[in-house]
Amino acid sequence: MLSAEEKQEIAAIAAHYELKRAAGIDALRMVQRHRGWVSDETLRDVAEVLEMSPTDLDSVATFYNLIFRRPVGRHVILICDSVSCWVMGYDNLLDHLQRRLGIGLGQTTSDGRFTLLPHVCLGACDQAPAMMIDDQLYGCLDAEKIDALLKNFET
Amino acid sequence: MQLQRPLTQNIHPGRPPLSLSAYEAAGGYQALRKVLGTMTPQQVTAAVLEANLRGRGGAGFPTGRKWSFVPMGPDAPRTKYLVINADEMEPATFKDRLLLEGDPHQLIEGIIIGAYAIQAPMAYIFLRTTYTEAFRRIAAAIAEARVNGYLGSNILGSGFSLELTLHASAGRYICGEETALLNALEGKRANPRAKPPFPPVIGLWGKPTVANNVETICNVPHILNHGAAWFRGLSRVTDGGTKIYGVSGKVKRPGAWELPLGVTIRELLEEQAGGLRDGLRLRAILPGGASTDLLTPDHLDVVMDFNGVAAAGSRLGTGTMVVVDDRTCIVGLTANLMRFFAQESCGWCTPCREGLPWLAKILTAIEQGRGEPEDIAVLKEHTRLLGPGRTFCALAPGAMEPLQSALKYFEEDFMRHIRERRCPWR
Repeated sequence: MLSAEEKQEIAAIAAHYELKRAAGIDALRMVQRHRGWVSDETLRDVAEVLEMSPTDLDSVATFYNLIFRRPVGRHVILICDSVSCWVMGYDNLLDHLQRRLGIGLGQTTSDGRFTLLPHVCLGACDQAPAMMIDDQLYGCLDAEKIDALLKNFET
Repeated sequence: MQLQRPLTQNIHPGRPPLSLSAYEAAGGYQALRKVLGTMTPQQVTAAVLEANLRGRGGAGFPTGRKWSFVPMGPDAPRTKYLVINADEMEPATFKDRLLLEGDPHQLIEGIIIGAYAIQAPMAYIFLRTTYTEAFRRIAAAIAEARVNGYLGSNILGSGFSLELTLHASAGRYICGEETALLNALEGKRANPRAKPPFPPVIGLWGKPTVANNVETICNVPHILNHGAAWFRGLSRVTDGGTKIYGVSGKVKRPGAWELPLGVTIRELLEEQAGGLRDGLRLRAILPGGASTDLLTPDHLDVVMDFNGVAAAGSRLGTGTMVVVDDRTCIVGLTANLMRFFAQESCGWCTPCREGLPWLAKILTAIEQGRGEPEDIAVLKEHTRLLGPGRTFCALAPGAMEPLQSALKYFEEDFMRHIRERRCPWR
């Protein structure tokens, strides 16, 4: 169930557009911020507020890389796999991250702390190789920096 | 007034952007006051046209001409839209981030002037998801502008009103394509639309819509402040203005810099980026983002403007280049690019949806030493089958640009992988 605040927030977003359905992505991002991901039930509730069919909204939701239709860990790591980061050592960085976390791309650690996802160019090519953890960008990475960084999230 | 770097004059990386009052103190919102107080919309468009400002998103269409396609006058639709394309998802491109994070009020001032020129009461900024810092800074600047009467109804008592909405996307490359972006804003799957009709006539929700790139619109206040002749004089070529250029890859000082439009690749690589790191030699340059043809060390003196790069067989694109050194495998690089394009195809038309994954698979196989000699012919044939005119939008033809040039200049690299059944660069 959406909370009253969530419903209100969706209505406020929809007011910025000519038709309600345009608020779909903003609304899904908003509920994802609160719940971590978008469950079938949540999707259905958002669709109802936007007067769309759930299937229609799902076809939009699944079009995007960053609407999560499956549960993710408490922190989502987006590692950039595009050309500049690839030139600057993406492969080695990914190997290290996977070993360090004990998971592959698309997986979540057993303690539910991290989900590791590949992502297209983060627009940080001058700081390649780069990745994001949640909302924060980290650049000029190497194995040591990653180890130090992950420690901050493990306490 | 000798202002050589108008776009980045207020930008100091590492420091927060100017507040509204600091921006005003630095001469900000003066262009807007002049426009609303003394100019007709048509005069604004004429000034931008005269400045020879070409779109900085990659296609290079003259901005003033795009604006001039919008219906004006009493019979024109009252609802029109200005949409700012801040999706910046072209791999290797990081120039708009500088402007979005560095000087949000410059962007907002450009938007208000642009919206006035086409008489649009609504504007949207379509921002890529992962630019979270830019989102926070722009949202704060919009709130400041609204409180101070620069947004909302009857701006500065001129009778012109504008609502500006900041929309964060959810991450998909195709949203940068102008008509896909409009579908995305409408809350639909972001498949591109058929053209014609073109957005300036029938765009967002069927209304006249101009989509401009961030760097493009940020130039507008400066053109109005200092005049078209000054703007043209900033450039070394006939197209006006400066350009935010970028260099990434194994160079000594990767970065982005505002320079006169028309510097050479050599100046960017050697003077700005400090050349390659010690012990490395230059093999290739991807001059303007993922969807541009590779160039070689023979092209170092190519002028980085729309016409110069085109004459060399590539495109200026976004003006942000990737430097490829001699320890980087060209086949691996091409495979990386093709996996990107295959993943990001919207799936709407067959050549792109089916062709790109096939190419990505072949290139990955060659890279891993599993290629066959016949693969080269398949790759070459696809650069034609997925080329211009055979797909709905420019994604697949763009994807063919690095591939066709890799095959043109570095076919022997592909052959070596196939013969030796391994990557010789590993």
